[in-house]
Amino acid sequence: MFKLEKKDAILLLIVALMLIFAPFILNPFPENSGLAQFNAGYPDLMQRFVFFGIFAIGFNILFGLTGYLSFGHAIFLGVGSYAAIWVMKLLTMNILLAIIVAIIISGLAALVIGWISLRRSGIYFSIITLAFAMMSFALAYSVLTPITGGETGLQPKVTDPRILDSALLAGDTPKANLFGLDMTATYNWQVGDWVFTFNVGYYVAAILMFLCFYLSIRIFSSPFGMMLRAIKSNQQRMNYSGLNSKPYTLAAFVISGMYAGLAGGLMVAMDTQVGPERMFWTASGEVVVMTILGGAGTLVGPFLGAGLIKYMENIISKINVGVLHDWFYWLPDWLENFVVTIIYPFVGKGWNLTLGVIFMLVVIFIPGGLVEGIRRIINWFVKRKNISASREITDSDNMQQAGEIQQAGEEAASRGKNNG
Amino acid sequence: MEAIILQIMNGLDKGSAYALIALGLTLIFGTLGVVNFAHGALFMIGAFCAVTLNKILNLGYVTIDPTQTDFLGNPLKVKIPYVYNIFGENIGNIIIDWSVPLAILITIPIMVIIGVIMERGLIRHFYKRPHADQILVTFGLAIVLQEIIKYFYGANPIPTPAPEAFSGTFDFGKMIGLKAHSIIYPYWRMIYFIFAAVIITAIFVFLKFTTFGMVVRAGMVDRETVEILGINIDKRFTIMFGIAAAVAGLAGLMYAPIISPNYHMGMDFLVISFVVVVVGGMGSLPGAVLAGFLLGMLESFASMSVVLNILPGLNQIIVYLVAIIILLVRPRGLMGRKGVMED
Amino acid sequence: MSKNKNDVSRRKVLKGAAAGLITAGVAPTIFTKGAWAQEYRNEPKGSSVVLGFNVPQTGPYADEGADELRAYKLAVEHLNGEGDGGMLNTFSSKALKGNGILGKKVEYVTGDTQTKSDAARASARSMIEKDGAIMITGGSSSGVAVAVQALCQEAGVIFMAGLTHSNDTTGKDRKANGFRHFFNSYMTGAALAPVLKNAYGADRKAFHLTADYNWGYTTEEAVRTSTEAIGWETVGTILTPLTQTDFSSYIAQVLQSDADVLVLNHYGGNMVNSLTNAVQFGLRDRVVNGKQFEIVVPLYSRLMAKGAGENVKGIFGSTNWHWSLQDEGSKAFVKSFGTKYGFPPSQAAHTCYVQAILYADAVERAGTFNPCGVVEALEGFDFDGLGNGPTHYRAEDHQCFKDVLVVKGKENPESEFDLLEIVEVTPVDQVIYPPNHPMFGGDDVSLVGACNTGV
Repeated sequence: MFKLEKKDAILLLIVALMLIFAPFILNPFPENSGLAQFNAGYPDLMQRFVFFGIFAIGFNILFGLTGYLSFGHAIFLGVGSYAAIWVMKLLTMNILLAIIVAIIISGLAALVIGWISLRRSGIYFSIITLAFAMMSFALAYSVLTPITGGETGLQPKVTDPRILDSALLAGDTPKANLFGLDMTATYNWQVGDWVFTFNVGYYVAAILMFLCFYLSIRIFSSPFGMMLRAIKSNQQRMNYSGLNSKPYTLAAFVISGMYAGLAGGLMVAMDTQVGPERMFWTASGEVVVMTILGGAGTLVGPFLGAGLIKYMENIISKINVGVLHDWFYWLPDWLENFVVTIIYPFVGKGWNLTLGVIFMLVVIFIPGGLVEGIRRIINWFVKRKNISASREITDSDNMQQAGEIQQAGEEAASRGKNNG
Repeated sequence: MEAIILQIMNGLDKGSAYALIALGLTLIFGTLGVVNFAHGALFMIGAFCAVTLNKILNLGYVTIDPTQTDFLGNPLKVKIPYVYNIFGENIGNIIIDWSVPLAILITIPIMVIIGVIMERGLIRHFYKRPHADQILVTFGLAIVLQEIIKYFYGANPIPTPAPEAFSGTFDFGKMIGLKAHSIIYPYWRMIYFIFAAVIITAIFVFLKFTTFGMVVRAGMVDRETVEILGINIDKRFTIMFGIAAAVAGLAGLMYAPIISPNYHMGMDFLVISFVVVVVGGMGSLPGAVLAGFLLGMLESFASMSVVLNILPGLNQIIVYLVAIIILLVRPRGLMGRKGVMED
Repeated sequence: MSKNKNDVSRRKVLKGAAAGLITAGVAPTIFTKGAWAQEYRNEPKGSSVVLGFNVPQTGPYADEGADELRAYKLAVEHLNGEGDGGMLNTFSSKALKGNGILGKKVEYVTGDTQTKSDAARASARSMIEKDGAIMITGGSSSGVAVAVQALCQEAGVIFMAGLTHSNDTTGKDRKANGFRHFFNSYMTGAALAPVLKNAYGADRKAFHLTADYNWGYTTEEAVRTSTEAIGWETVGTILTPLTQTDFSSYIAQVLQSDADVLVLNHYGGNMVNSLTNAVQFGLRDRVVNGKQFEIVVPLYSRLMAKGAGENVKGIFGSTNWHWSLQDEGSKAFVKSFGTKYGFPPSQAAHTCYVQAILYADAVERAGTFNPCGVVEALEGFDFDGLGNGPTHYRAEDHQCFKDVLVVKGKENPESEFDLLEIVEVTPVDQVIYPPNHPMFGGDDVSLVGACNTGV
């Protein structure tokens, strides 16, 4: 299928099914149950999973394959967003053009920044990209206010020119659309106590996500991908053998920058607003954390990491004391209060604490990230099912890849120490 | 002229904060090869040692003063610190007033203990792991630490003034023979600078002239050979981690009167301290200190309105712009060693 | 943590939310079928109605957000007829009966804006899309207010702004579905200038340190214009980065100038640090041209003033509301809030409480939750008894016009909350401006435009 090896094809199929059935998968609890708090199947969050999934998958092409750790990738997210919103303000509310321009502009930005920062490697590279990120945010927030809208950001206004669109009807607001298809259009399907939400914007984003994922698989298994991996495992050896690694890393940097630009453009297409915080260094840090948390160098890991973090941010932060009390109302009063007191610091305004604890637990107990965790669980189940069967069969090759890359990373780390 | 001298002093002051944080970070980078994203949190905890001591000194019992009323019209509850009972009101007040300098006494042991626990309990298991894992675990730790502080102290800045005696200013202009009142400078900032200079010198002397320091330096250069020689380098590195944590904590503690501590101040200083360390050059202590003062100084000069009128917004980016230029011109920063974290 | 029986019952929220969600057909779309049609977005069909309280719970303004949330909980109690009724008893409009809104029990959901526009919009969208919130309120910065206000306009729900002081919120970024009770930069300038003239004289040289972002620009512009109008001269202005923590190199330039007044157009952590630094550099003891040097902080917040400690003493600024006000409304609110939480409310808490009450009252008077009905009821609404004296919600830009408080850091505070004292209440006539004022977008910006019901 699609010129892919079998294991990759299966992975692609799984991702496609996940994307198509996300409204069901993410809304497992009936609306009237207390657990509905954990439902994530509403348009905004489903879209956000996709944006950050694309962002992290793109980042992984650079970091997972070449080992170059960029701390400034949110720049391209922001540049893509600003490009898209300006297209929407000046030319048309059709998202296709906005997204294409977002990808091109962020690709150009990545070319410039990549060309400069890739002159250095290791921590020096990371710090140069971080410095670019700090500068971009600071300037967008202040001096560049005429272009970026500064603190208050940019939104399409009724009074914008939009020369390609026909004039708005009186009282109408500009709406992002794909050839007339409204991105906010939503259909709710009620089945018994369950409600499933189907949103046009989400499915448009999901199609792009699918294409991005497919492209990422192809890059991973291509000769170009092998070359990038070679850079990670030993760049010096590669250089000595007469290969110039710079064009490859720069290409990887630009590709991942364009992924970020696409994510940024999509964010604007689905929610027509952009603010400079999107480029703050914590946003760059977030994608690094997403990738490592999910499993750097694996195909689906970054997507899972992005999903987990966005889920925590949007779901856990909304659990307040009232909600907790209602969950545990059936306990005796003293026990209820005790349980609520224990849980309360970790939810609502304490969601950051939960996030920090999860980071630590994952990295301590399952090095290799969530993908590694899933692999272990699958192994455990399969082992129990057919104890007599050989263990090798169960190893999903993709997961093996993670192991290999992990190993390569360890080697590199210990080598660094030896040299030092 | 006065303007320039004043900005040099401001630069030195900012620079000493940067240099102190970067020094601790380099000790950890250089000795252990660990990217410690929790270093900013250590700086923040140091500042909160002062806040905590102040709170402890202000602990007291409540009496009701019927002559006054609170905002709801009920009789006012007055809190009397226990310190008053022990030392009397006057001395009690002086002790509370001096809580920042006094906090040095508790900060050093607390920070060393935190540092050692961190190294033994967590970081130790990450020496052989990829830098990415180190980043994730220390970043997680930083979040946890700052959320704990937020849980107990809230998100607002907490005023932590310097002792009354140091809260004023002195006439530096007159001291160096210029016109009176041409350059006035706060005492506490001068103290901070001197304090930083003392700590930095102490660390250098310790590493240069003691056997312990010599072994550690040898271990930084070639860990394996030192181990083969039969020296327990691990134990020494643990101690170095404790010292690095203490330096970060002291930097934060003494900074508390300059900027009111809040729970996210660590994250605010994290980026700049990484930039300083890398610009100084990986694994180079003098480099870190030099870069700290250099960037502090540049930041001060870039904020002058003469400069800003020509290049608006330069004060926003100067540190990062210069960092990029330095790294492009000098591949390993100002004084970096070859091969350290270049992979 | 004692169990608060007044907190919203989760299951009931869900019932209401489900009712909203099931019918949340959005916009005219090819998918929408007649069966899903509703008059307006999230029309409450059950016995309850859901409000969305979107406040910063993490980040530098988390404490302010926590205070806003306390106020909202109190407002919900009072709307549902629980507690002592607070300002409902002093409110000039008697439409609210303490039986919820239009007989529907008020329930709420909370979210975290993180003081980031993206996060704030994500949180607001989840309230609208998932929980079926009919109104979004809260926030502690202008960036967030403008972003969420635009979202609510698109989605077709009402936005009642929390603490936002920038002119833009009801200026160039005004929206038909958005309302602001809080005052703004222009009003600060207009209210402060006469007081400053009385206190410090007309012959002064001012130096501005301004936060380098939109709110800073509008505040500097407003204060500068109004102080120059009373005869002050502006001898210097410098823009300082948002992320700045040490302001020494900026203060140093004030020392080098011949200015005798320093205006700190900073808020939050910036304000705390710049004020602390300024006092450290001895500006309070300085004498220039035979005049005592003075510092002015245009926008005061008691929570932030606390962070600056002793340094605020004697420093002028303006504030939207203060708990020491002695009118009946303020007294009722302070009593009700103080009894429940043990400390007096902040101005952020006050404005949020008032916004929630005003929304409920407008719905009650309009007889519908339909956003367009609510907009109509709020536009041009005159009311009293909510702590700021007679107040007018202007129809053209959805800004509240009321007296502005000029305050001063108290020299001898009686308690830890007693940080500010009211110097003067500047009457509303002095702070009013035409809706097409140049600082508010001028004639280029259309008036609020049409309301959106989201259908």
